[in-house]
Amino acid sequence: MNEIVPVVDMNNISIEFPGVKALDGVSLRLFQGEVHALMGENGAGKSTLIKALTGVYAIDGGTITVMGVQHSFSTPAEAQAARISTVYQEVNLCPNLSVEENILLGREPRRRGGIHWREVRRKAKDVLEQLQLGHIDPGSILSSHSIAIQQLVAIARSVQVDAKVLILDEPTSSLDSDEVQQLFTVIRTLRDRGVAILFVSHFLEQVYDISDRMTVLRNGKLVGEFMTRDLPRMGLISKMIGKEMDALAELEEAESRREPDRSERVPFVQAENLGRKGSVQDVTVAIHAGEILGLAGLLGSGRTETARLLFGADRADQGQLRIGGTARTLRTPRSAIDQGVAFSSENRKEEGLISDLSVRDNLVLAMQASKGWLRRVPGHTQDQLAEKFIRALDIRPANKDALIQNLSGGNQQKVLLARWLITNPKLLILDEPTRGIDIGAKTQIQKLISSLASDGMSIIFISAELEEVLRLSDHIAILKDRRMVADIPNDGVTMEDVMTIIAGSNA
Amino acid sequence: MSVLTRTPAPQGRTRISRLQGKARYAPTLATVGLFLAMFAAGAIMYPGFLSGQVFLNLLIDNTFLIVLAVGMTFVILTGGIDLSVGSVVALSMMIAAALLQAGWNPIAVIALVLLTGATFGLLMGLVIQVFEIQPFIVTLAGLFLARGLCYVISVDSITVTDPFFTAMAQARIPLTGNLFIAPGVVIALVVVAIAFYVLHQTRFGRTVYAIGGGESSALLMGLAVPRTKVLVYGISGLCSAIAGILFSFYSLSGYSLAATGLELDAIAAVVVGGTLLTGGYGYVLGSLAGVLILGIVQTFISYEGTLSSWWTRIVIGALLLAFILLQKLFSRKVKLT
Repeated sequence: MNEIVPVVDMNNISIEFPGVKALDGVSLRLFQGEVHALMGENGAGKSTLIKALTGVYAIDGGTITVMGVQHSFSTPAEAQAARISTVYQEVNLCPNLSVEENILLGREPRRRGGIHWREVRRKAKDVLEQLQLGHIDPGSILSSHSIAIQQLVAIARSVQVDAKVLILDEPTSSLDSDEVQQLFTVIRTLRDRGVAILFVSHFLEQVYDISDRMTVLRNGKLVGEFMTRDLPRMGLISKMIGKEMDALAELEEAESRREPDRSERVPFVQAENLGRKGSVQDVTVAIHAGEILGLAGLLGSGRTETARLLFGADRADQGQLRIGGTARTLRTPRSAIDQGVAFSSENRKEEGLISDLSVRDNLVLAMQASKGWLRRVPGHTQDQLAEKFIRALDIRPANKDALIQNLSGGNQQKVLLARWLITNPKLLILDEPTRGIDIGAKTQIQKLISSLASDGMSIIFISAELEEVLRLSDHIAILKDRRMVADIPNDGVTMEDVMTIIAGSNA
Repeated sequence: MSVLTRTPAPQGRTRISRLQGKARYAPTLATVGLFLAMFAAGAIMYPGFLSGQVFLNLLIDNTFLIVLAVGMTFVILTGGIDLSVGSVVALSMMIAAALLQAGWNPIAVIALVLLTGATFGLLMGLVIQVFEIQPFIVTLAGLFLARGLCYVISVDSITVTDPFFTAMAQARIPLTGNLFIAPGVVIALVVVAIAFYVLHQTRFGRTVYAIGGGESSALLMGLAVPRTKVLVYGISGLCSAIAGILFSFYSLSGYSLAATGLELDAIAAVVVGGTLLTGGYGYVLGSLAGVLILGIVQTFISYEGTLSSWWTRIVIGALLLAFILLQKLFSRKVKLT
């Protein structure tokens, strides 16, 4: 393959942040008409490498050559001028503008007298139709669409620039399988047109489905470049984790834990037809101490809304809720916290962590809040706690003073978890705790959830990955169209069973 | 990975998004509707209210506020704020009055005042952008600085006797019937028209909206975010200077204490006009309607005769609160659907 000149040649790239060496001599080559997967655990440096290529971060060492010309990008605009387009995990478009504007913003066709709006409409429509997204109204406001559609609009934007290099950073983490297939069709079309595509995803099957070549990173260092067909899945996993260990086998271990003791007491949480107008309805669940309740359902079926009701983030206006045997009305999250309920949000960036504070400060936040502001947690206790949880949860870098924003997604998730664990909750609600994080961290978090339940903590587990819900939960509440339709004990339930229930029930 | 099938409803979705497309105009339409309702109420309650001249007087008396609100709209659309505008108006009036007294050519005076205002705004924009400081603080510093400079020029009021300025103050452009407007109205409406054009027909204008929608997104999309942010304050400074000139035409003097608190009137007009303080949503025509509403409240109070002029403030305060609540409801609705 060396006779072909790569479109992008990143050679020996190094980037340092205060306290963290994010990249250390990493190289990456992208070829025309190929899908290249960038693989690695959380904190391996994938996002950093992408940001170096897109001009978000300046590099401290190495060279970036694009189509034979050496570049040092210092702004995203410069990278875009070199025909490099990026679609980020969090949709980076303007929610207040129309779909067509988002596709063409900054490149609107002009005529004498200003922007040629009819031409804007035509071009946007044209691109959307190329991607078989003709059903999206180009004049509609972006915020009126689901995250999945917004993501596809972001891709349409990069197609519109006629990019030579298209970077997709976790594009599938909020898409369902139909949408993923739709996206892959688009990716293949672009690949056949000669676009070099860099694909980052934690879904191994997707990577094997779509990529031709992959580069593996570990702890900010290059492990190697491989042809996808030459590298079996287990080989890839061990290269990512760096140990000859069977991660999948470890996942199985998570299952072997003590059965929850359901006989003796009243359930810790008991909801009866709990609901809120416009949010979710008919939530009837009972969770005993030490039990894991999984919430299953399609995107937008009301999983998060259920969690918010049980945490008091939204006020229920129907039904009853009993916590610890007594009837309660949760008016605010504060009253839920007082009852021993903790909620780890799905949106860790916006609702969970404070990115300008250190790991330690983020850890003690919830604990301080529960003690009240007058009784300060002493400094050495903070340090001890931070060190304890950094060790227990394997948070990397193991530096309690590192800023949260310099941590990878998986490690941020662990900090968020640890924050709630410090308060010793009786019920822990986890909304998508494993989204967008790699298999190693995922395994750790799943094991942690299991062992917490074995210790008597009640857990509500929400995930878009049904396998994960089935593997961990003791019983499963199934939601459809913002209504709870079933609560089934998890004794050998299969994905087909759940899907039949979802398909069959008429809410 | 979920293998669950989706239940897409593309048509329903299109319909929803169309509705929301219209919902975007809701706050602005509410403002225009309120203005029409108030005008109708006035017509019923007071004889003589329904003359076209009452409406035109609203424009004549508020030319400077219209121009200020236009500049403020640009700033607020990006999610920023400009507290310095009232002081810059006063500074512009002082510079104009002092130079005219010294015998300068009025055209040269106007050019210099506009240049000063724009530069003042650009400098604040640069400080905000380069040092990443809150616009609130930087423009608050600008407020004190400009007001202080007024006193450096003169503590006392300076009367303008320049023939061009007095001519502009007294000139009336006749319209059909017995109606007339002042030249300042033409200038203010031209400023509104240019602003509308810039916001909706240029890439710069769309970048202003994009920054309000999400600054980091706009940056990642490769838009000229830093330049746009600086320019927006330059525009606000320029508008303040134009407003200063218009105020001079109106008052024929320069006084250090003039236009105190005018920045708050401008912000109120923009907010009542339907622009969200968080940026990204709003129209310059809404701000024009906002100014007219503030004006008509004043007209009402003067027609009523028995009420003290402070009632204007109370009504404006109540309106402002009502509109902010309306916006809150509006943005909640968008979130739900």
